[in-house]
Amino acid sequence: MSIDMSQFHEAFFEESFEGLGIMESELLTLDVGAGDVEIINTIFRAAHSIKGGAGTFGFMNVSEFTHVMETLLDEMRDGSRDVTQFAVDSLLESVDVLRTMLESARDDAEMDEDMVAARYAVLNGILKGSLEGASSNEAEESVVQAVEGDNSNGKVGWQITFIPHTDLLMAGNDPVRMFRALSEFGELTSVVDCSSLQPFTELVPEDLYLSWVLTLTGTAAKADIEEVFEWVEDDCDLTITPLPKLEPSQNTPTVVAEPALETIQSAAVSPVKKVLEESPVSSNAAAQKAAVKPKKTTESASIRVGIDKVDEIINLVGELVITQSMLDQAGEDLEVNAEAASMGGDSQSQKRNADILLRLSKGLAQLERNTRELQDGVMRIRMLPISFVFSRMPRLVHDLSAKLDKKIELLVSGEETELDKTVMENIGDPLVHLVRNALDHGIETPDVRLAAGKPEVGTLNLNAYHQGGNVIIEIKDDGAGINKQKVRAKAIEKGVISETDNLTDSEINHLIFAPGFSTAEVVSDVSGRGVGMDVVKTSINKLGGRVVVESEEGKGSVFTIRLPLTLAILDGQLVTVGKESYVIPLIAIIESLQVDRSQINAVAGKAEVYKLRDEYIPIIRARAVFGLEENNADLHDSLMVVVEVDGAPVGIIVDDLQGQQQVVIKSLETNYRKVETMSGATILGDGTVALIWDVNGMVNVHKKKLNNGVIKA
Amino acid sequence: MSTSLEPVSDDVETSADIYQNQYLTFLLGEEEYGVDILRVQEIRGWDSVTTIPNAPAFIKGVINLRGTIVSILDLRERFGIESVDYNELTVVVVLRVKGEERERIMGVVVDAVSEVYHIAENDLKDPPDLGYAINMDYMKGMATVDNKMISILDIDQLMSLKDIDDATESGEKVGV
Repeated sequence: MSIDMSQFHEAFFEESFEGLGIMESELLTLDVGAGDVEIINTIFRAAHSIKGGAGTFGFMNVSEFTHVMETLLDEMRDGSRDVTQFAVDSLLESVDVLRTMLESARDDAEMDEDMVAARYAVLNGILKGSLEGASSNEAEESVVQAVEGDNSNGKVGWQITFIPHTDLLMAGNDPVRMFRALSEFGELTSVVDCSSLQPFTELVPEDLYLSWVLTLTGTAAKADIEEVFEWVEDDCDLTITPLPKLEPSQNTPTVVAEPALETIQSAAVSPVKKVLEESPVSSNAAAQKAAVKPKKTTESASIRVGIDKVDEIINLVGELVITQSMLDQAGEDLEVNAEAASMGGDSQSQKRNADILLRLSKGLAQLERNTRELQDGVMRIRMLPISFVFSRMPRLVHDLSAKLDKKIELLVSGEETELDKTVMENIGDPLVHLVRNALDHGIETPDVRLAAGKPEVGTLNLNAYHQGGNVIIEIKDDGAGINKQKVRAKAIEKGVISETDNLTDSEINHLIFAPGFSTAEVVSDVSGRGVGMDVVKTSINKLGGRVVVESEEGKGSVFTIRLPLTLAILDGQLVTVGKESYVIPLIAIIESLQVDRSQINAVAGKAEVYKLRDEYIPIIRARAVFGLEENNADLHDSLMVVVEVDGAPVGIIVDDLQGQQQVVIKSLETNYRKVETMSGATILGDGTVALIWDVNGMVNVHKKKLNNGVIKA
Repeated sequence: MSTSLEPVSDDVETSADIYQNQYLTFLLGEEEYGVDILRVQEIRGWDSVTTIPNAPAFIKGVINLRGTIVSILDLRERFGIESVDYNELTVVVVLRVKGEERERIMGVVVDAVSEVYHIAENDLKDPPDLGYAINMDYMKGMATVDNKMISILDIDQLMSLKDIDDATESGEKVGV
């Protein structure tokens, strides 16, 4: 009976990707020149596990490839190879190739064989390339050793040319005896050369005129053979050469080394260069494709949970069981007491009753606490440290700074900040984009920096921390900052704003998030296709988060991302519109207020605006958006919730404000479809369903209806 | 191992056979409609729903079905038959609808449930495609049981998301 191995594939892939992550981060910390053995060991172990796993599950291409990497790492580990920048870079690129291989194995996708072949060539080139640096003497020796090694393994042999001096026999040596000894190592064939044999009349019986060419096949080592001839060394000309292998890959040591080295080097360099130089866009596109595709699978993927978190939940469940039995007991006592009271109630049973009720209420309070703790505990299972995302950044900065010829130092802090797994998975790409953007547009080249009186090396700060139920991620650079004039001009050119628009500095800064906006003069493959920043903003909004940018020209920019801790639970404000209750996410709400008639202004007889302190904000009537009948044309004393939409406040008129509460988010799309004005649904305490607003959607629907003339102000 | 499994799988097949051609029927006014009984998850009384803003009229709203949000569709309004007030007989038949990507759970409001009939495959006749109030795509066939005519519905077509999407969008345009 065979075991279905595919059931373990998921675990294997997960572990392998984790291993790749380790290899990558460790490679980046590896110092060129003096490789720390501990670090190399860590990398080696990760590679080794991937190799082993891949072999077990039959991904032979992966395991073969890893084997080559491992060989290189092994040589670095035992110190026989220097840790060069080229080798480290090659290993990093090999990690990428390996990742692609694993991804295509997981998705049953086609693999770009050329890329793999090119990588193989480079790695093998480095491996063989050791000859290049070492002295020729050593080189020869190492090849001989290698060949020897080969010979000792296989059924190969030696060719021995034995030309004894004529006086060999005088010392009491007998070739026959030596040949007999040799024949013990394997099959021995001998060819006698009698050419120097003297005519019979001149022959001296004590002299030896013969010479031999012996062929020994077997597993004997060269040293063994030399030992046989040890006593005659000085009395003969002896050469011992390895026999050519059956596969004619190697002939004699001296012939192998040079031409082979040449071809390896050219093979190593050219295909990779070609891949890199000719199609940066296509390889980039391929990488993006690879990044996008596995999304589906990762969503349902498993999660690794620390045993402490599980233990904590088990403890909490234990407490819950105790509370339950306590409540059970109280309930039973109450029943017994009630029976006793019905038999003939007295003051004593009343007192008992009061005691039991006190116990009951205590138990309920305990139950509430248990439930909340259990909820927190279960939520924590889904939390992972943000280092999962941050760990991608050193590599990115390393690669990009080399590409852009910039000197950049990356400072990461708050890596242990925990974040929901789903949020984590979706924040990776936007973060990568923001970092790319900061490197490409933010931080200047060393000469520009020096000219501006700044240190040559730019700094990029990546920070994460918790703040009031949210996770804040900051990306801070000390680069050029946002050029407001340029941004404004560009926005007018692209038609994002009009010439006459009067914008505050902050509003100008936020223009970079507008669709189709890019100020980079040259569209590079790093960033600057003008599709990035608005995608960043949309993906963050989709997660229920917000991104803001602060920038000072010449000093640098800070991008601050505010994200909810989890996508499963949300702090909400309950409001009433018509007959239904709705939940507005608290993260979107700026304030709630009572409308004062005198602050309302109509614009062009169509839209209404409200003067909120020194700002005019648009008014949206929730009833109108939902297609309900308007209950009061006069908005005086109505309740307005001011929410933030795309960085600007918008006032939404609701019928009533209720309390604030935490709600568990349920999907509407599972069994229905996307509702434009709603981001989801939740179940309230009384079991009824309340829908959760998507304030951006509300504004969109309002605009649509306004344009169609469905809503008149 | 395979031998020990065989009788079990046989059983499953026969038991599936029993239900294969069974249909739960329900009433809309005088008319009787049937749905494949294997698609019926449960039958429950009408309970108030949470309305969805800007949804088509035949989508009454969503309910909490043991923690899952399930949308409720009014079959009378879906077919364009005049609607009646809901009463204590009004029931919601919760169905598993197969969509393009995944299975969805949706409830349909009907006047009352009627019977469970066994209708053989070859007793199912093609519906006449003339002068029939309902779109032919929603019909799987027609059958006569006890001199009554029963229309068997294709719920996957009837409750497809595409139709709901179309209705929602056209509703948005008119401004319902």
